[in-house]
Amino acid sequence: MSKQSQRVERDLTMSRGMVEAIAHEMRENDEVFYMGEDVADYGGIFDSTQGLLDEFGYDRIMDVPISETAYLGAAVGAAQEGMRPIAELMFVDFFGVAMDQIYNQMAKNTYMSGGNVSVPMVLTAAVGGTYNDAAQHSQTLYGTFAHVPGIKVVVPSTAYDAKGLMHNAIRDDDPVLYMFHKRLMGIGWMPAPDGPKTPVPEEDYTIPFGSADVKREGEDVTIVTLGLHVHRALEAAEQLADDGVDAEVVDLRSLVPLDTDTIVGSVEKTGRLVVVDEDYRSFGVTGEIVATVADESLAALDAVERVAVPDVPIPYARPLEQEVIPDVDDIAAAVERTQ
Amino acid sequence: MYADMVTARHYEERLQEEYLEGKQPAFDISAGPIPGELHLAAGHEASGAGVCQHLRDDDTVTAPHRPHHVAIAKGVDLKRMTAEIFGREIGLGKGKGGHMHLFDPEVKFACSGIIAEGCPPAAGAAMAAKKRNTDSVAVAFLGEGAIDQGAFLESLNLAAVHDLPVVFVIEDNDWAISMPKERVTDVQDGSQRAKGFDMPGVRVDSDDAVAVYEAAGEAIGRARDRNGPSVLELQVHRRMGHFMGDPETYRSDEDQDAAQARDSIERLAETLRGHGVDDATIDSLREAAHDRVEEAIEWAKEQPQPEPEAAHEDVWVNPPSGVTDTEPEYDLAGGDD
Ligand SMILES: Cc1ncc(C[n+]2csc(CCOP(=O)(O)OP(=O)(O)O)c2C)c(N)n1
Repeated sequence: MSKQSQRVERDLTMSRGMVEAIAHEMRENDEVFYMGEDVADYGGIFDSTQGLLDEFGYDRIMDVPISETAYLGAAVGAAQEGMRPIAELMFVDFFGVAMDQIYNQMAKNTYMSGGNVSVPMVLTAAVGGTYNDAAQHSQTLYGTFAHVPGIKVVVPSTAYDAKGLMHNAIRDDDPVLYMFHKRLMGIGWMPAPDGPKTPVPEEDYTIPFGSADVKREGEDVTIVTLGLHVHRALEAAEQLADDGVDAEVVDLRSLVPLDTDTIVGSVEKTGRLVVVDEDYRSFGVTGEIVATVADESLAALDAVERVAVPDVPIPYARPLEQEVIPDVDDIAAAVERTQ
Repeated sequence: MYADMVTARHYEERLQEEYLEGKQPAFDISAGPIPGELHLAAGHEASGAGVCQHLRDDDTVTAPHRPHHVAIAKGVDLKRMTAEIFGREIGLGKGKGGHMHLFDPEVKFACSGIIAEGCPPAAGAAMAAKKRNTDSVAVAFLGEGAIDQGAFLESLNLAAVHDLPVVFVIEDNDWAISMPKERVTDVQDGSQRAKGFDMPGVRVDSDDAVAVYEAAGEAIGRARDRNGPSVLELQVHRRMGHFMGDPETYRSDEDQDAAQARDSIERLAETLRGHGVDDATIDSLREAAHDRVEEAIEWAKEQPQPEPEAAHEDVWVNPPSGVTDTEPEYDLAGGDD
């Protein structure tokens, strides 16, 4: 697509934003291909490849056997040959069956080769709960992957970000784990909040990793979050505004690399920090962000709150799931505790 | 066998109705009395019934994400299983597991939503039986789409070298979500994989519950007699989408029609008639099954939802100090069977 193409701005769902970037990169580069379960005829269970089969055929939009070790490892191998595979893990919860290929091969080969080998692949995976699918299909697991050196970890929250981050991910020479929240994709059977559907330019553009986005400016408190919870935080911020609390919402967009400057800058302005995460609380994103701010600017911290899943597997029944996954009220209450 | 099969079929029909409640007109997976994914097994009944006929309460079964027909045939408490699917406090897992994660230790039944991951624990249960020198056995059910997974192949090898009393039952319904079998394997007969591990592999190529019963009897008898593991592959069919709400746009009408035409329940009824069982007997078996299902569903729906705070319990049996106790405060008695 040429740079001169008209800047028609259409509202797209997050999945359309992702798919548009993938299609663009596949047109530009024959070495880009997509592998996964139910990605061809089905178009991805969460619409992550919707429509791609028609244009690119089965050779480049590849359905694979249910063998995550084999096909995620094959993506590593193809990437080491210089191709640019995108491999989809249908639910991030299934990583366990293929973890060696992810955290020992994909993540570490560059380092162990002294930088002589690169693994330019994208691993996409659906994350998140809110639809009562229980403990093996509802995890978010941001922290698990961000903890392992060698993996860049990206989490879009809007269609605009999804497209720009995907362009960047495919062009990146390192392995990128691109984690999309099911609830944001805009699929018919899992209604999304209004926020993720945004105007998206037709031409390609990149959003550099490590650039957090201030989705709402505010003076009184900084809410740092990502994925679905950006939208919950924005809703909480609107509620809080009625009570005279002006919250700033920082959308991390990538965990690795982490945009420390934006986070610290915001906390230095507001003095109060609330970190919201849909992953387990202990040893995770909330602890990491608080520690980062403490390292960089301890004096700026007047109050800190963490809102995350309280270290229990995600339960099935609705009242139980609602109890553990942070909602708008949980975020608002945490903010109030900092005031 | 017939009773188990009609119970399973009617159960699934009723669950389907309940599941769709609140999800109309626009299908929203998180709405209604049964949220989350629901994988129904209509078309698989001969497998659960034919295999589990040979099992006792002290034999272990692991099932995959499509578990109801196997659970029913294994004798899982139907009322508490239903309560679990409706997310009730008195459900088998107190509403924490849901339909893909049913655990009934009374009859040694468990299932998991991760493909092929029931195979290693089944081998482990067989290992325990062997070490303790009992004559109980273990059976792992999995789909034909799951047999490319390392967990299955590694379990076959482990079971073979240790002569474990375990049977791996492959339910071949031709589909793994949208992937037809021929696109994920070059070997049409999955039971052949057993040969690579030097164990018997048998395939029953029809939806004939009697043939399933006979083949399962041999495989399970072999395990019980301490003659080692085996693989049993059963041709079943998928009458519905992979999960409720699956539009099945990838599947041809002919394939769907063919699946509908191959009804193992009708086939078994014919066989029974051929053996002189009269229609009144068959009807009464079916009616009793329907009543049992209705009763379980009505009972389950009347049960209370769990208290939100219960979400924090049961992470541990022996909670580290400072962590919420796991003792249930409510009385768990009240199931059937
Ligand atoms: C490790 C893992 N990978 C992928 C999935 C997603 N998934 C659930 S069911 C299924 C297809 C299973 O097909 P098959 O084993 O043939 O059983 P069927 O659904 O046909 O009964 C897939 C890919 C999963 N649950 N676990």
